[in-house]
Amino acid sequence: MRFRGLVLHALLAAAAMAGGWARAQLANDGEWPMAARDYANTRYSPLDQITTANVRQLKVAFTFDTGVDRGQEAAPIVVGNTMYIVAPFPNTLYALDLTKPGAPMKWKFEPNPDARSQGVACCDLVNRGVAYADGRIFMNTLDGQSIAVDAASGKEIWRTKLGDIKKGETITMAPIVVKDKLLVGNSGGELGVRGWLVALDTRSGKEAWRAWSTGPDSEVLIGEDFKPFYAADRGKDLGKTTWPGEAWKIGGGNVWGWISYDPQADLIYYGTANPGPWNPEQRPGANKWTAGIFARRPSDGQARWFYQWSPHDLHDYDGVNENILLDLPIKGRQRKVLVHPDRNGYVYVMDRLSGQVLSAEPFVHITTSEGVDLSTGQLKYNPQKQPRTGQTIREICPVSPGGKDWQPSSWSPRTQLLYIPHQNLCQDTETYDVSYIAGTPYVGVDNKMYAGPGGNRGVFTAWDVAKGRKRWSIPERFPVWSGALATAGDVVFYGTMDGWFKAVDARNGNPLWQFKTGSGIIGQPVAYRGPDGKQYVAILAGVGGWAGAIVSGGLDPRDGTGAKGFVNAMKDLPSYTGKGGTLYVFALP
Amino acid sequence: MSSRCPEFRLVLAALAMGCSSAQAAQQAPELRVCADPANLPYSQRDESGFENRIARLVAGDLGMRLSWFWQEQTRGFVRKTMGAGQCDVFIGVPAGFDKVLRTRPYYRSSYVAVTRHGDPPFAGFAPERLHARRFGVQLIGNDLAASPPGYALARAGAVDNVTGFLVYGDGPAGQRMVDAVAGGGIDVALVWGPQAGWFAQRSAVPLDVVPVQAPEGLAMPFEFAIAMGVRPGDTRLRDRLDEVLVRRKADIDAILDAYAVPRVGGGGR
Repeated sequence: MRFRGLVLHALLAAAAMAGGWARAQLANDGEWPMAARDYANTRYSPLDQITTANVRQLKVAFTFDTGVDRGQEAAPIVVGNTMYIVAPFPNTLYALDLTKPGAPMKWKFEPNPDARSQGVACCDLVNRGVAYADGRIFMNTLDGQSIAVDAASGKEIWRTKLGDIKKGETITMAPIVVKDKLLVGNSGGELGVRGWLVALDTRSGKEAWRAWSTGPDSEVLIGEDFKPFYAADRGKDLGKTTWPGEAWKIGGGNVWGWISYDPQADLIYYGTANPGPWNPEQRPGANKWTAGIFARRPSDGQARWFYQWSPHDLHDYDGVNENILLDLPIKGRQRKVLVHPDRNGYVYVMDRLSGQVLSAEPFVHITTSEGVDLSTGQLKYNPQKQPRTGQTIREICPVSPGGKDWQPSSWSPRTQLLYIPHQNLCQDTETYDVSYIAGTPYVGVDNKMYAGPGGNRGVFTAWDVAKGRKRWSIPERFPVWSGALATAGDVVFYGTMDGWFKAVDARNGNPLWQFKTGSGIIGQPVAYRGPDGKQYVAILAGVGGWAGAIVSGGLDPRDGTGAKGFVNAMKDLPSYTGKGGTLYVFALP
Repeated sequence: MSSRCPEFRLVLAALAMGCSSAQAAQQAPELRVCADPANLPYSQRDESGFENRIARLVAGDLGMRLSWFWQEQTRGFVRKTMGAGQCDVFIGVPAGFDKVLRTRPYYRSSYVAVTRHGDPPFAGFAPERLHARRFGVQLIGNDLAASPPGYALARAGAVDNVTGFLVYGDGPAGQRMVDAVAGGGIDVALVWGPQAGWFAQRSAVPLDVVPVQAPEGLAMPFEFAIAMGVRPGDTRLRDRLDEVLVRRKADIDAILDAYAVPRVGGGGR
């Protein structure tokens, strides 16, 4: 379909880009062909029918039940006259016909993943979305498969098993397609799963390359082209030598977040997750290439540069959050940058060609570190907050899920602001008597998370990237675990875990409209133009994920240590919302 | 999941009895036990583990019918089993495990060192003695969690020569570790006692199993007492189990002996 002209289109868009907005115009402006909408990961919709003046008239156009009441983290995607949504495990894929009243189901595809994958998934049974290219939908299943489905008929074209659930390997991320490659990464670091990013041939499903996140350079796909900016990332086989013994073989560094692509530089960008499954004291060293970011060439996977957000990660600060590719004036000079709000609490602005950190400014309350040394790139840890077995450490901020987790932010080229959904949480770690797993007793450590300064557990922040500071923010009762959507009508959308879908003014955050959904929202809002020419806004409601597991997993609120301490901060969520799994689509009358 | 009903339905189909009436006809009360279906030497779906045998002993003594609910003992085990109302008792939990109400402990074991017979025994955690040998430890995989000997090794600076064996995965970590010692891949496995004793007994290569002392100053025990666990508040069942555990102590010890469970003193609890 129209994606055949994708690369040319991208180049034209890049050439025509204005106002510092990097090549977002990959698709027809009314479509949403991948979870982040564009390769730059802006999640910006150029549609402007819905404005700050008329958004109050927004009404439900249609709904659709996904049939699963676990956490709904997926972005609906829209190509042509069809919407595609993927449900949490068992990952049923639905196609909805947008040309007909009520958008009835056109087909559904049931991939039948292995039920055992439910037992090893870390944080609910989520799936973050599918990707479209060349008449095919590409999806992942929780049990570690990638599948190509014919977009018109819903028939399977190929499937490739990439991971082994017996080893704890799962897939939850949304894949992307770059040229003829489907890019997919794995989850499961806590269970000793070694992270990778795989490129599959979109036509055959055959593996083209696999880049491991730990191990020798030959397996990490580090070669002559590798030119990291900082000295700490230069040297032979650092993916082995920055670990004790053979700990790298089960070292984590999974790739379960977002992938960006710069067609001009021909580089993909993605983060790697925390090191695992060792206690930090058992894995001295920087533990490369975990908790950092790779720039790679998509054709063969060869690494161009790497930077480590959190060397020797102590707090489970995965580095997988989104990387938004922008062209911006920074300190008086136009630069090709990458913007990354990290779990460790800083918004990084990097030169995306060289891997240099241009700035790293805190967007949340941080006690675990005292900034980033821009000459060495090193995060300056606060030794007082380093967790130590046998000791209670209080006021660790941000928490393990970070100042912000997977929930993706959105960039508006009109306001030049990045809209960041995030949490405001701190935690105490306490050693406790005894725990027991797989027949093995040990002394455990409990996390207890609680609200950070101000008492609100969530925040929706508009961040001035060029200036490196907050423009405005909206406190929310619960962590804002949904994605953000910026639109050309200067309306920004996001959802809350207690089930409000909200529209605010992009310029000042003034509330404009809200709608109460049947269950809390942790999904990714999208906008598209329907066959009738109208602008629609869509969101999946259905609380869950790590933050919402207390509801979707039915956890006991009396045990605050559930969901690795997240339950303590979410005890009241069940009194605000229940399980669900429903798509809501809104339009003006 | 109550698997009992369909089974009765099969047996009693000829009597044309419905499931519910079959159940009502069954007078003996039931002892519902939750256990891992593949975690020898503790439990196995074919009831060949020592916890299976202890459960049968206790149920028989109490005149109760024994039924099993199987669930892998990974994260969420308590929630998915007893927490979901699937069973009344766990046969083995650490005596300090506060998610359940515990009976009196009925054995006490220790982390042990497994070495090849004839090799020098494990000589403690003094740093100068550690670097010449290759160690294996169990890896827990939760935030900051380490097995006590693994933690002791790290504190003594022994990390390069330590291999981690995840407690999750293909087969029990204890088995993989004992196999690694037998095969020469590591020299010393520091394993929780019951797993070490059972797999070492079955090794083709003769192995030594010796309890390990925690190094001085380590705020982490190497010994744990093991009790049964019941639902919080279920003192009635707890009291009945306590009584059986005392009265049938000799029989239980015989089962533990048969499985070569290393036991240590420690207050005689």
